[in-house]
Amino acid sequence: MAITQLSVYLENKPGTLSQVINTISDAGINIRALSLADTRDFGILRLIVSDVQATRAILDDQAFATETEVIAVKMSDKAGALGNILKILEDESINIEYTYAFTSPSREQACVVFRVGDTKAAEKVLNTYGEITLNDEDLKDLL
Amino acid sequence: MKNYYQKEIETAPYEEIVKIQNEKLKKQVRRVYDNVAYYRDLMDKKGVKPEDIQTIDDIKKLPFLTKDDLREAYPYGLLGTDLKNCVRIQSTSGTTGKRVVAFYTQHDIDLWEECCARAIVAAGGTNEDVVQVCYGYGLFTGGPGLNGGSHKVGCLTLPMSSGNTERQIQFMMDLNATILCCTPSYAAYIGESLAERGYKPEDNKLKAGIFGAEPWTEEMRRSIEKSLGIKAYDIYGLTETSGPGVAFECEEQNGMHINEDHFYAEIIDPNTGEVLPEGSRGELVFTSLDKEGFPLLRYRTKDICVLTRKKCSCGRTHIKMSKPMGRSDDMMIIRGVNVFPSQIETVLLKEGYSPNYQIVVDRARNNDTFDVYIELNPDQVSDVVSDIQARERSLEAAMRSMLGIGPKIHLVPPKSITRSEGKAVRVIDKRNLHD
Ligand SMILES: [Zn+2]
Repeated sequence: MAITQLSVYLENKPGTLSQVINTISDAGINIRALSLADTRDFGILRLIVSDVQATRAILDDQAFATETEVIAVKMSDKAGALGNILKILEDESINIEYTYAFTSPSREQACVVFRVGDTKAAEKVLNTYGEITLNDEDLKDLL
Repeated sequence: MKNYYQKEIETAPYEEIVKIQNEKLKKQVRRVYDNVAYYRDLMDKKGVKPEDIQTIDDIKKLPFLTKDDLREAYPYGLLGTDLKNCVRIQSTSGTTGKRVVAFYTQHDIDLWEECCARAIVAAGGTNEDVVQVCYGYGLFTGGPGLNGGSHKVGCLTLPMSSGNTERQIQFMMDLNATILCCTPSYAAYIGESLAERGYKPEDNKLKAGIFGAEPWTEEMRRSIEKSLGIKAYDIYGLTETSGPGVAFECEEQNGMHINEDHFYAEIIDPNTGEVLPEGSRGELVFTSLDKEGFPLLRYRTKDICVLTRKKCSCGRTHIKMSKPMGRSDDMMIIRGVNVFPSQIETVLLKEGYSPNYQIVVDRARNNDTFDVYIELNPDQVSDVVSDIQARERSLEAAMRSMLGIGPKIHLVPPKSITRSEGKAVRVIDKRNLHD
């Protein structure tokens, strides 16, 4: 299942980030979630967008973008929901490369995104424990 | 099957070549002494007269010329004949100071183009070939030289000049180009561009490439050969001696035969000026034996290389020069260590990185800073920070073991380093800005 994240590799220079964001929004593409990891030299921008192919096409000459499979887990509104998910991954020795979260205002729904080594295996584990993971289609409904 | 453009001279026995050189040098020194006041003064200062030069070995007695002399004598000071006998100038890409302007009579143009024709034939060219020349045309010697050589061989010549990669590819594919002439960095770029458009190496009709005008490594040769599906040949030359074609590679691809019926080569110790025996590494010095317009004697090229006169399987008897191992100009002294860009390129290709890099040297708090920016190949890009950092660490270690000092490595996105379509800008040294 999993969802498709767009990963944009950027030089850490003034203006590169805003330039990418502006290009995407100017094209009328929705950025549903955004997370930036940066070092002194480079930054990796991780995006969940409404149209992956269109975003790649408009970024073509401006930035280098690749598709990455990540897991999106629906968070229940119960207290400690995130803690539960993390506990499952820890118990099953699944190493998390990075994680971030986003919410859907229309559905009042929060999602947490995980990047792990073996997406399929991790997703199966989470499902076994009763957690609901999303695919690209679900995402369309959500936003 | 062995092919030569001028078989008799290209395969002449050594004694024959020496005989030609003896005669040509005597005449040339006389001409220069009579016509070039600047060089006459140098000879007089050294106490050498034209009659002291009887054989090619006497060349040692003559004074050297350097780039500084060329600047000082600019523009007409080293002209070897009346301007009315000259038909063309070519000029070096200006770096610092004055440009070098070289003059050519029709005789000079013909011998230059013949040298290029020898190179094209050595790369397998015949009158059935389609030669795509994407060296710059104009003042730069690359375009005009290979263009003229291609005409002499009778090839269909595509005078593309540099740049406009889209159009280069269109002509290459539509007109079935078989031989590509350009800088190695541009050849690599064309290879990438073809792959991006979905072409496989076997989709083009190219069989050979003649690449020069900038330093490149064996690793780069292999990567270009693979991406274009060709055999890549090196060619050497400089505006001061005529242009490309002073020396060229044969099918052995290990060293370039110098056209020594026209250009006499010596290797000297760059510090003492002493002539070194065959096989020694040192600075390459050229004498034009029969050029009329710009007849430089003992011109110091600043290229560091080795000359060898071993029997070559191609049948050519002319002496071979190794690929220049660096220019004394390019050599950087960083924190007291000699660093050549070619060493960095070697590490990059060995470690599987693209040959697109830039070195930036600067000074901070009285210490040299040494940064190398390297483009990631598309399949090397990761969305995980630690992957990139691990790559940076391992590259830094590889560089340190090659160079003796470790640069700060910066991995940048694919295609983010500006490509020049002429010569690649590999080194930016900002240290002298502070002086
Ligand atoms: Zn040979």
